Amino acid sequence: MWKWLHSYADPERAYKLSGTLLPWFAMLAISMIGIGTVWGLVFAPTDYQQGDSYRIIFIHVPAASMSMAAYMAMATSSFIGLVWQIKSADWAAAAIAPIGAVVTFIALVTGATWGKPMWGTWWVWDARLTSELVLLFLYLGVISLYASFEDKVLAARAAGILAIVGVINIPIIKYSVDWWSSLHQPSTIKITEESSMPTEMLYPLLINIMGFGVMIGAITLVRFRSEILARNGMRPWVRELAKAEGVK
Amino acid sequence: MQFDSINEFINMGGYGFYVWLAYGVTFFSLGTLIVLSVRQKRKVLVEIAKKIQREERLKETRSNK
Repeated sequence: MWKWLHSYADPERAYKLSGTLLPWFAMLAISMIGIGTVWGLVFAPTDYQQGDSYRIIFIHVPAASMSMAAYMAMATSSFIGLVWQIKSADWAAAAIAPIGAVVTFIALVTGATWGKPMWGTWWVWDARLTSELVLLFLYLGVISLYASFEDKVLAARAAGILAIVGVINIPIIKYSVDWWSSLHQPSTIKITEESSMPTEMLYPLLINIMGFGVMIGAITLVRFRSEILARNGMRPWVRELAKAEGVK
Repeated sequence: MQFDSINEFINMGGYGFYVWLAYGVTFFSLGTLIVLSVRQKRKVLVEIAKKIQREERLKETRSNK
């Protein structure tokens, strides 16, 4: 099985496989986010306490939870790249980092625009918000470390170590609302018990959470393919591709 | 359908500014990320193609001597 798995670490096969998967991921992401967003904005019932301001939840929660999931994916890739020296894993991590940064930024901004009408403030230095901001800085740190070395093997190692060390922040974000008293409410969706949310609100939210996940996957595939090409510029198959598509 | 008219939908029960700001920033930043990511591939290929052309020119001048 390992031998079979290893063949997908070959850059050309990885490039082709991700090209085959991309349209499916893209279509799925567009339809899920489309359905979830329209359902959440137009059809989900108004909240009896927060009125229509709560509709921000349909992008805030997906962005926030996926910002952490993407970080775990990036750190896992980095770990695989570091331990087994699989370059494709390093490239995947490099592909995820900018996407994670944007999603974290979205989580922070949508949180602020929700906090203003509900808490009366755009921002507080509270455990949940601060640890999510640290997550953004971790992403930015990984991006700039990877960009600052000419030798990309070395760059991936440096960025990978930062990514792995930064994993410590993930449980801090997750449990910050339980460990410290926070303005931020604890999670509404619970995996082990029934969620404290009516299903007409829960379904569009779940669809959007999955949609955001698939979207991150799709953009990762796009960036991963470019990263493969950039790192393999000397390989004959990339040179053929450049001759065919890169000439203006 | 939770809203009776387009105006009511845009107004979002008085929270229109916050809701649309959140959705606007989200889809704008996602759109920018997607456009930049899609363009990246072509940029990389153009760069490699230029490098190949440079190498070929170097080879030609060398063989002319």
